[in-house]
Amino acid sequence: MRDVAIVGVGMTPFGELWESSLRDLFVDAASLALRDAGADHLDAIYVGNMAGGQLVGQEHLGPLMADQLGMRGVPSTRVESACASGGAALRAAFFEVASGASDLVLASGVEKMNDGADVTGVLATAADQEAEVYHGITFPGLYAMIARAHMAAHGTTLEDLAAVSVKNHRHGALNPKAQFKQEVTAEQVMASSMVADPLRLLHCSPVSDGAAAVLLCPLDRAAEFCDKPVKIRASGMATSAMALADRHDPAFLDAVHLAGNRAFDMGKVGPRDIDVAEVHDCFAIAELCVLEALCFTERGLAGEATRAGETTLGGRIPINTSGGLKSKGHPVGATGVAQVIEIVEQLRGEAGARQVKDAVVGLTQNMGGSGASAVVHIFERV
Amino acid sequence: MPSPRYWREIPARYRLEGGRCSGCGKVVYPIRRVCPSCRKGDMEPVALSRRGRVVTSTVIHVAPPAFHMAAPYSMAVVETPEGARLMVQVADCESDEVVPGAEVSLEFRRIQREGKSGILCYGHKAVPVRSGSA
Amino acid sequence: MAGIVGYGAFVPRNRITSEEIARQWGKDPATIRRGLMLEEKSVPGLDEDTITISVEAGRAALARAGIDPQLVGALYIGSESHPYAVKPSGTVVAEALGIGPSVHVADFEFACKAGTEAMFVALSVVESGRAKFAMGIGADTSQGAPNDALEFSASAGGAAYLFGQDHLLVDVVDTYSFTSDTPDFWRREGEFYPRHGGRFTGEPAYFKHVTSATRAILDRTGFKPGDFRYVVFHMPNGKFPLAAGKQMGFKPEQLETGWVVNTMGNTYSGSSPTGLAAILDVADPDDLILITSFGSGAGSDSFVLRATALLPERRGRAPTVRSMLDGRRTYLTYGEYAKYREKILVND
Repeated sequence: MRDVAIVGVGMTPFGELWESSLRDLFVDAASLALRDAGADHLDAIYVGNMAGGQLVGQEHLGPLMADQLGMRGVPSTRVESACASGGAALRAAFFEVASGASDLVLASGVEKMNDGADVTGVLATAADQEAEVYHGITFPGLYAMIARAHMAAHGTTLEDLAAVSVKNHRHGALNPKAQFKQEVTAEQVMASSMVADPLRLLHCSPVSDGAAAVLLCPLDRAAEFCDKPVKIRASGMATSAMALADRHDPAFLDAVHLAGNRAFDMGKVGPRDIDVAEVHDCFAIAELCVLEALCFTERGLAGEATRAGETTLGGRIPINTSGGLKSKGHPVGATGVAQVIEIVEQLRGEAGARQVKDAVVGLTQNMGGSGASAVVHIFERV
Repeated sequence: MPSPRYWREIPARYRLEGGRCSGCGKVVYPIRRVCPSCRKGDMEPVALSRRGRVVTSTVIHVAPPAFHMAAPYSMAVVETPEGARLMVQVADCESDEVVPGAEVSLEFRRIQREGKSGILCYGHKAVPVRSGSA
Repeated sequence: MAGIVGYGAFVPRNRITSEEIARQWGKDPATIRRGLMLEEKSVPGLDEDTITISVEAGRAALARAGIDPQLVGALYIGSESHPYAVKPSGTVVAEALGIGPSVHVADFEFACKAGTEAMFVALSVVESGRAKFAMGIGADTSQGAPNDALEFSASAGGAAYLFGQDHLLVDVVDTYSFTSDTPDFWRREGEFYPRHGGRFTGEPAYFKHVTSATRAILDRTGFKPGDFRYVVFHMPNGKFPLAAGKQMGFKPEQLETGWVVNTMGNTYSGSSPTGLAAILDVADPDDLILITSFGSGAGSDSFVLRATALLPERRGRAPTVRSMLDGRRTYLTYGEYAKYREKILVND
């Protein structure tokens, strides 16, 4: 397989983007990525999107987006893995370039969530419809159960959960593209309205519109497009039991663990080699569980590590310098690709106030449903 | 939901029919075609006991439209004596009763309705067992 | 002669007091409680209906009978609050109980008499030899109109009776039905609440049919009121069954055990069947029992029953009615009650 690099990135701001439709969002992000790379054509497009059909009645996004981008004729497919759609789109694009089948491939993600659909119901389609959703569970409800299991098994506290939200808002306040650019205090988090016990509104990522895109090419052609290519060092993916009831330990994200190990093996690096990471904090508890599943902290100690500042900018392993899903926003299909953009900017040294010093190796972790699918990528400054 | 999709699940929802693998003995709920443990044996229908213990739980405050009027309501993952686990609502309970290890019985309830003119959908909910009462 | 081989009941756990309802409408609670002899009534949850109640009662009946549900050849459910206008309750209950597909199922309707009606037909099917076992269930979640007298009494609950030829828990000695066209209480298609004729529901309706059926069965069987250990009549409120009993020469002690209405309310098709279940929970072998139901429209079904020696052995297999009435329950405010009974208008 050839080495693959990212040579262009682009994303819309994330938030309530009333003026932009699903297709507008895609075109805006894709155009920025193409302009960033100075590229004018594509060999293939992958569009990560969870629920175009349910949210705005639009399926068949592959050709729609190619058409809207002025790229009729280009092979283009929608990739879906619930909230991991973006990461899965990147993975597909990576292998297409690595295999030698194509040179210039756009990996993108887009979601339009604010056009009036029943978002709670749509997000719940990422869970097991017959065994879980039928009975009244919601997406936050599944993570709330994970939180309670984690608290019972490891003594994780509500303060630990709040610390995740506080940190991510602090980072997001430095991100011009973030949905929420204001900080929050632990008191505000703990006083926000209850969504599913123990998760409160400020433990939960928001409903967002947005799109993100990255341009891939073989590493040996990267210089045609940019001075600071970032190599995709590894890609790992795994699945787990769909229904939370069927997971052996509800407090452990085994798909994330497996995907992480596959990426670490492929990239020949370990957790200690990662300088900066974007992880899938759809809910505050998710970030804690992911830290443990990726072995960034020991099992049960992620809460303590967060409160001690290990995962904040300037700490041992900065996590979610973009603001994470919580503060940056979570347009579902776009998130996995937006995570990549943050890491690319970090490794290019272009993260501004959010810059992690001497970041050389970065990681993204994107996850679908209550952890039934997980995609991990590792990146390296070259 | 469309009637056929509901009707297919009746043995699982009305009679708590799960599946036991003839190869390795694993019991799953609901039944499925391939054993998730060994992939080898045949899955045979088996009725679960109508009781179990809470594994983990939550209280849903922001509910989907079908359950809007019922919020806040408790939900739990319950493990039956056969080792199968199911996701159920918890009815007739105080939220502080629904803790890991709590004993529950599984009662027949109406789970949801398709508005004013659609079908009625039934299943089971957990009810905490309190000593000395029904 | 066939008899009862299993019985069971189910009463939802929510309650509302007469006091709470009276306060809502600016009525004097003490007057209501005294006049109707009602303290509180059961309220079904948003997830309970005639079908769910029937399933739980049916499970208890099967547990007490100890038979394979596949042997049940007929299942009948009587209610005036079947969840569907068209689609039987009985098929859902049969599937849930593991009964069928070789089973005859029908839904019955006759105001509050539909339960004993289902029991009568189930008994007859077994007696005729067409089925080895047959189940008759009476269950309801009927509504009382806001600010109407019936709002204090209309409640939820039901009981199931499994009939067979052998290993009887209760012998059926005789049955008698008395019926006439008497429009004392009715509900037209599409109407949410029933309407009634006020005082017309008393003498010419309830009392006439209950006493006529009872007197006729006593006449035919040769029994006198004093022969019975337990008696239960349909209980639209606390007063009527006691007054009927007194009228016919029964004593308060005979009526006491089956008189569950003061804390349960009127479960319509479940009323006298649940009262009967409360009696069977404590009756001794050889005790003579009388049950007379009443359904508006109007009619009464009477049964003379005798407990067997097997009854005390089997009844421990399922919860008693008293444990459901006196055990864990949750008291609702009127607002919660209105929400559960869907008296609050919402868009679909």
